[in-house]
Amino acid sequence: MSEKLHERTRAAPKESDTVGKSAAPLEAAEKLSGRAQYIADLYRPGMLYGAIAQSTYANARIRGYDLTAARALKGVRAIVTGDDLDDAHRMGAFIKDEPAFAKGKVRYVGEIVAAVAADTEEIARAAARLIRVDYEPLDAVLDPVDALRPGSALVHDDASSYAKVFDAGTQGNVCSRTSFREGDVERAWADCDLVVEGEFQTQAQAHLSIEPCGALAEIDAAGRVTLWSANQSVFRVQASVCESLGLPMTRLRCQTPRIGAGFGNKMEAHVQPVTVLLAIKARRPVKLILSREEDFETVRCRHPFRIRMKTGVRKDGTLLARETELLLDGGAYGDDSPGVLGYALLMSCGPYRIPNVHAHGQVVYTNKLRSGAFRGFGVPQVTFASEQQLDEIAGRLGIDRVALRRRNMMVEGDPWFGGQRVQSNGLAQCLDIVERESGMGDAQRGAGAGTQPGRRRGFGVALTAHISGLLSSSAIVRVLEDGSVLLNTGAVDIGQGSNTVLTQICAQALKLPIEQVAIASPDTDGSPYNWGTTASRVTYVTGRCVTQAAAEVEKKLKEHGSEMLECGPDDLELLPGGKVAIKGVPQKAVSFAEISGRAHWAAGGPIIGTNAWVFDQKTFDPKRSTVLGLPFPQIGVFSFGATAVEVEVDEVTGRVQVLGGWSACDLGYAINPAMATGQIEGAFVQGMGYALIEEMVWDGARLANPSLMDYKIPTMAEFPGTLRAYLVESEEPSGPFGAKSVGEIGINAVAAAIANAVADATGARLCRLPMTAERVLDAVAPAT
Amino acid sequence: MSPADTANGASSIVLRINGEEMVVRAALHDTLLTVVRDQLQQTAAKRGCNQGVCGACTVEIDGRTARACLTLAHACVGAEIRTLEGVQDEPAVAALQDAFTAEQAFQCGFCTPGMLMSARSLLEHNRCPDESQIRTALSGNLCRCTGYVKIVAAVRSAADALRQEEAAS
Repeated sequence: MSEKLHERTRAAPKESDTVGKSAAPLEAAEKLSGRAQYIADLYRPGMLYGAIAQSTYANARIRGYDLTAARALKGVRAIVTGDDLDDAHRMGAFIKDEPAFAKGKVRYVGEIVAAVAADTEEIARAAARLIRVDYEPLDAVLDPVDALRPGSALVHDDASSYAKVFDAGTQGNVCSRTSFREGDVERAWADCDLVVEGEFQTQAQAHLSIEPCGALAEIDAAGRVTLWSANQSVFRVQASVCESLGLPMTRLRCQTPRIGAGFGNKMEAHVQPVTVLLAIKARRPVKLILSREEDFETVRCRHPFRIRMKTGVRKDGTLLARETELLLDGGAYGDDSPGVLGYALLMSCGPYRIPNVHAHGQVVYTNKLRSGAFRGFGVPQVTFASEQQLDEIAGRLGIDRVALRRRNMMVEGDPWFGGQRVQSNGLAQCLDIVERESGMGDAQRGAGAGTQPGRRRGFGVALTAHISGLLSSSAIVRVLEDGSVLLNTGAVDIGQGSNTVLTQICAQALKLPIEQVAIASPDTDGSPYNWGTTASRVTYVTGRCVTQAAAEVEKKLKEHGSEMLECGPDDLELLPGGKVAIKGVPQKAVSFAEISGRAHWAAGGPIIGTNAWVFDQKTFDPKRSTVLGLPFPQIGVFSFGATAVEVEVDEVTGRVQVLGGWSACDLGYAINPAMATGQIEGAFVQGMGYALIEEMVWDGARLANPSLMDYKIPTMAEFPGTLRAYLVESEEPSGPFGAKSVGEIGINAVAAAIANAVADATGARLCRLPMTAERVLDAVAPAT
Repeated sequence: MSPADTANGASSIVLRINGEEMVVRAALHDTLLTVVRDQLQQTAAKRGCNQGVCGACTVEIDGRTARACLTLAHACVGAEIRTLEGVQDEPAVAALQDAFTAEQAFQCGFCTPGMLMSARSLLEHNRCPDESQIRTALSGNLCRCTGYVKIVAAVRSAADALRQEEAAS
């Protein structure tokens, strides 16, 4: 069991503790019996089925629609097109550039242009195919470098006119631009004994949650809509739908079914706006579930990056300067792109002290699927470049690669790029663990011949960091009449286990058994605000709100207790099992049930504790850094990680096989160790797919492989023979019970570590992802 | 039934699902997955790709696992169909459910019904599978959350538990 892989630096949990233990997921019974209800499993009385029509052009003006044939099909109840949208209403997390679906213009092949609601899914799909759109084709721009050329076709006619939430510098095909400077990088190059420079390229990756995106909307007699959808935040869904349809937020209630995973793809809107519009027009409930192909073509993907990186170092291995220049292919709409750019730049130095830095870049619009949030949020891309350069530097200076990293890595109290102090840092321990456990330093096992002739083995290591924090959360803890507790946070559990973790935190704070705490399902009508299950934030941010709301409940319980037991509230303590007792006198106690009864019937009213919080430590200190186009001013505390891999490269076929993976993460404190190792293992395998096989390929303007036949992800046959996750607990003072985060960090360093291992095995360095057999073969044995 | 349903050539057929005879209407091209989900609202079998790759719709037809999304409903007339809903009381399934809980061998749970059906089939044929047999047997079931490590561990521990149970009885 995973517990043994848990490197505990804190005392083991006590018998009465609920945190620090691998409590079973709350949804175990329903998920293992097939009774869990995901969006596609919901049915409503009188429900219609929705289907979308998609653009066949990458860039075209819409002159009109011919709906005659589609309308004539029996069983068709409503059709919506761009004519049902108002030009004034646009959505977008950073730049309001996106209509609910295509309005006036299409901007990529596969974009939603219209939708149908009908009696069956089959009729809806047949009708959608009969919708004729009259297009005036325009030149399309498919490559970010082309998009920047003067005179290039424009994805948006006047992008600079869109409303924005920060100084994005939007102009022409530039969606946003950001620049950070610290020290004096131009002067620093002269002090360097070695400067390495390189260009790296990364690909679009599909999130591939096994559950495709979908939504179900229902309108009541008064015109108020209830919306269920595959989502990572009921509140973001509410905001996006209302922005794009011009609905007041009071007219839309968002709820959540179980979620069949989200890795960023379900954070911003997908089919929710069009489904709501169909329901409003049909005045019937409408369920619209994307096919796998449609999900590939219309939702979002990981950003392709072009990276120019230059790193300067003294001959003793001390890093002195780095310049990073990024060009992100944002696709047709801004979505989360400005955030990904800003965050990738902030993380472009990795967890290392580099005094002179210039990190800058642009997101460019192209006539392709929008890029958006994806586990890692830009860090896997910059880490692929950064960690390869560190290995290159180590090789050229003749310094051991692990020693080079130890010399430069941040320790507790160091400022992050920008100036924010790192308060808890278990990076050194992470590196020690993966170095030791992988055996990479062991001369017997180092790089060399493989298991068969024609194969070479090698090790790679890469370090990384990630934030936990960002934006606001809140929690309500209410004591029920029988003394048990209802926790309500609005945080959507997307499968990673946050319902269980937040329940453990609440139970621990009030010294209750887990069974005495229920967790409410997120609902914009009933839950307090939560920005979303994203940015590795729920345990840290929402968990902290839970501890604070529980503290308020404890205070109120003690106020009652002091009146009931005739003592001061400070003389009281909580006892395990739902009791308030006089300190050291456990027989002088009142139960939560007795207190709650008193509160409900006689004094004070129901006991409710609330807390609301937004992470408020500034990322950039204006005294040390110059910043242009910062998408978010505060981002959170830092988690750390180290990944080591052993690979075997077939020099005849170029195939790379990952023999072993060792991934250690400093997550502050493991509230639920098995869930934490589950995040690390899942992230590793997703990262392995990213490193070696996964790539969305465009044939001209059309996505060429939008199916699981042509886009492969790792299966059970391919994950490494050895895959070990280690938890390092550095105890973050600002986190709930010391916890930070672990949701994303495990993917960040995987591609970089594999690239370093391939170089260790073969001497060939790959600067382009994925490292397919063909590319590896070309690099190992260049064609003559 | 909507008028359109007869228009597309749907006819009534009897399917034997989880030991019960069910009358459903299905066109010749309707899949077992569509019928089981949209008509019977038995939704344990999931639609992940609708082309037989992801394995989330895995069911059992006449004792063999099959992709419900690639199986025509009309072709199942006379067959014994089992979905996860109908195998809950089997000792192997109970052992798998216990082990998947203990090992936390699922996260979002969307692939889990299919994964359990494939694992159940493996354990029916092999009470003592080694790691490579487990990996092979479940390689047709995609999971994007877990990285598979805990699933392999859970199937192994379910097999151990089943053997112990059988030895004791």
